[in-house]
Amino acid sequence: MSLRDLSIDDIESLALGAWILGTGGGGNPYLPLLNMRALYKEGHRIQLMDAADLADDDWVGTVANMGAPLVGQERLIDSLTLARAVSVMESHIGKRFAALMSMEIGGANGVRPLMAAAHLGRPIVDSDTMARAYPELQMTSVAIGGLSPCPVSIVDVRGFESIVHEVPSWKWAERVARKICTEYGASAATCQPSRTGAEVKQWCIHGTVTKAMTIGAAVREAQRRHDDPIAALLAVEPGKLLFKGKVTDVQRRTSEGWLRGVVRFDGLDGWRGSQMTINFQNEWIVSFRDGEPLAMTPDLICVLNSDTGEAVGSETIRYGQRVTTIALRPPEIFLSPKGLAHVGPRAFGYDLDFRSVFS
Amino acid sequence: MRRIGIDVGGTNTDAVLIEEGKVTGAVKAPTSEDVTTGILDSLRTLGATGVLKESTGALKRIDGVMIGTTHFINAVVQRRHLTKVGALRLGMPASASLPPFCDWPEDLATLVRGSVWMVEGGHEYDGRLFMPLDEAAVTKAAQEMKAAGLKAVAISSIFSPLDPSHERRAAELVTAVIPDAAITCSSDLGRIGLLERENAGLLNAGLADLARETIAAFEKAIRDSGIAAPLFITQNDGTVVEAAQARRLPVYSFASGATNSMRGAAYLSGMQDAMVIDVGGTTTDVGQLRNGFPREANSVVKVGGVRTLFRMPDLLSIGLGGGSHVVLDPLTVGPVSVGYRLLRDGIAFGGAQLTTTDVAVAMGVLDLGDKAKVAHLDRATCLKVFAEAARLAEEAIDRMKTEAGDVPLIAVGGGAFLIPDKMAGVSKVIHVQHGDCANAVGAAIAQVSGECDQIFKDLTRVEAISAAQGIANDRAVAAGASRASLTTIESEDMPLAYLPGNSVRVRVRVVGDVAAG
Repeated sequence: MSLRDLSIDDIESLALGAWILGTGGGGNPYLPLLNMRALYKEGHRIQLMDAADLADDDWVGTVANMGAPLVGQERLIDSLTLARAVSVMESHIGKRFAALMSMEIGGANGVRPLMAAAHLGRPIVDSDTMARAYPELQMTSVAIGGLSPCPVSIVDVRGFESIVHEVPSWKWAERVARKICTEYGASAATCQPSRTGAEVKQWCIHGTVTKAMTIGAAVREAQRRHDDPIAALLAVEPGKLLFKGKVTDVQRRTSEGWLRGVVRFDGLDGWRGSQMTINFQNEWIVSFRDGEPLAMTPDLICVLNSDTGEAVGSETIRYGQRVTTIALRPPEIFLSPKGLAHVGPRAFGYDLDFRSVFS
Repeated sequence: MRRIGIDVGGTNTDAVLIEEGKVTGAVKAPTSEDVTTGILDSLRTLGATGVLKESTGALKRIDGVMIGTTHFINAVVQRRHLTKVGALRLGMPASASLPPFCDWPEDLATLVRGSVWMVEGGHEYDGRLFMPLDEAAVTKAAQEMKAAGLKAVAISSIFSPLDPSHERRAAELVTAVIPDAAITCSSDLGRIGLLERENAGLLNAGLADLARETIAAFEKAIRDSGIAAPLFITQNDGTVVEAAQARRLPVYSFASGATNSMRGAAYLSGMQDAMVIDVGGTTTDVGQLRNGFPREANSVVKVGGVRTLFRMPDLLSIGLGGGSHVVLDPLTVGPVSVGYRLLRDGIAFGGAQLTTTDVAVAMGVLDLGDKAKVAHLDRATCLKVFAEAARLAEEAIDRMKTEAGDVPLIAVGGGAFLIPDKMAGVSKVIHVQHGDCANAVGAAIAQVSGECDQIFKDLTRVEAISAAQGIANDRAVAAGASRASLTTIESEDMPLAYLPGNSVRVRVRVVGDVAAG
């Protein structure tokens, strides 16, 4: 089994790249990054491994924090609590995890598994189940693969521990876990359903930690050299420049617990005179240019600060910001008929046939 | 209404008198090391013009003296005059892995970090108790602070903008042990975001001694000048607070210089919505006026390397000014400047460094120094230099605009001669009388504000906004505003993702005139 040592510089890049892959949601990874800086100062180190190096009967823990990103800005998520969610799961299923993994590489949850791994001394698998961020638990490759949606461990920093032991579907797992999390104060560390090495190899999306680090490193290097960070990103990750513009309007509302809304942009540079809108449900879901569908899920829609290349989130985007919108390629599994049923435009209530910007 | 506005800048201390809506006097004096002398000099200079006296010879009644200063932010940026702080966070067992000062630059943390205590306490997003306040632990922390000689204390608590009761109780407990402690509660500094709010509190506590000395120097200067008027200090958002509150919360006065310039520009031009360009000696600030106030930065603002969530104007600064170095081949203007040495180093003043001011003298735009010394600069060259300065300004204006069409632009500051009458993306350029003292004018006309930023649950959107407005109004009145003059200038609401029960975060800001008496 080959393990790669991650430097703190790699993790800085991971945080920046994960925020871009968050496609507007998932929360800014700044606080997890601060935790990792502190853990590295204390001497903790993280190792990365390929899924291919897992034995079929190894067990892998999937780590994520659940809750409202805003609560995470006040009740800062503690690294030991994330580690405890993993330990609670291990004692519940009676297995020791060979490695830990992200549920969603996009946003803060792309970095949080490292916080648990630092305390527990386990490697991180270079894979996840979304290759981006999505708002719901059934929007994962493992749900599309029909793998078990339980058990889920849910723990609180004050010592509360819950297990969602048996539910019939991923949607039920989402509903029950969300209720517990809300009672805890809308922030909880979770260990999502455990996976065998064989399941990870067959159903997870591979190389996504490396992808986030590569994207982040390219943008950071361009920032240092005062080059165009977005051109640098597109040089290392196949994608498409969709629109350059300025935010002219932001409408937000919550429904069913999600942040939904529309952002409008007026074109700049080569896009002057043109308008774009993006509809979001935590993440950027569908974009229209001059009324015509432009890009839609599962293609990744990334809205970036035109100057720094860093991601702009749906919770914080504001009037007047100058942004560049790009599309990145989704993993193959989301393009299958079953994949599109889980994460295509209709899964978000848009009566649109998926059409890739890359076709 | 008769007010004196004073801007204590790095180089000059400007003073203006405004009577019944008109600028009747405007002067400049050099800023002094002890602050007091510079203010006294500027007031004396203003007095020497005769504007402060009635025709009978008696001193006029002044309703208020409003001072704006960059003193506090300079202390943080230059790492000077800072006090060691005892940091007390209420919120254990949460957030333990990111203690106070965790994201500070090490050099600044070394100067400000006295010691850190984290005890149980804090609230949930919906106002429920997160943990009961561990009062015994707070008292023990206070005793340890006392033993360590710490008198500046910053208290932060989880979700304190929603429920400040734990911070207030902890402040009482600390005061019981250290009666003369200067305590900053993070809930007095606003917004959701524990680390950023706590950072603001730590910076504020670190400025405790400087704030006390500076405000005392201001008060002495006013007293010594013989003017009997209440003292107000201007804040980042273009409003003022009474001196006592500024002494308690100096961080709110961080960015007031730039804000005052923009407010002054609005006042002098009579425009409420426009772009403003403030061209100084070294830098040019570009911002946008909305309803007569600068548009505020919404995101994290770094001060001296520390992340904060201050109410700060959204400004773009570029290295262009009256003292900017000019290189002719290839043509560059700025970003380096001779700064306050302009009258010594500029060619028109017998120095060796070509500056934008020299070019303006050669063109006959400015009547300063010795025109013969810059006679070698031909008109074509001068025009090229002006065009380059205009291009830099146009780029900055374009970056700060929030609408596609042409917008009006008000040009103020001592270097405003660099701004031509016709510019790309600008409908008209407005130069105003007394524009070089726009910052002191902005201080003189400042209003009082109140803000509310918190989460409301189980209310309709309209009810939540109305509740927030009531809180903001009460806060403005507490800060010295007359209730009848209050108007809402900002209202923003954001539903909270993932939270049930129609949770909505509302931010409302109101302003009003300073109450008489």
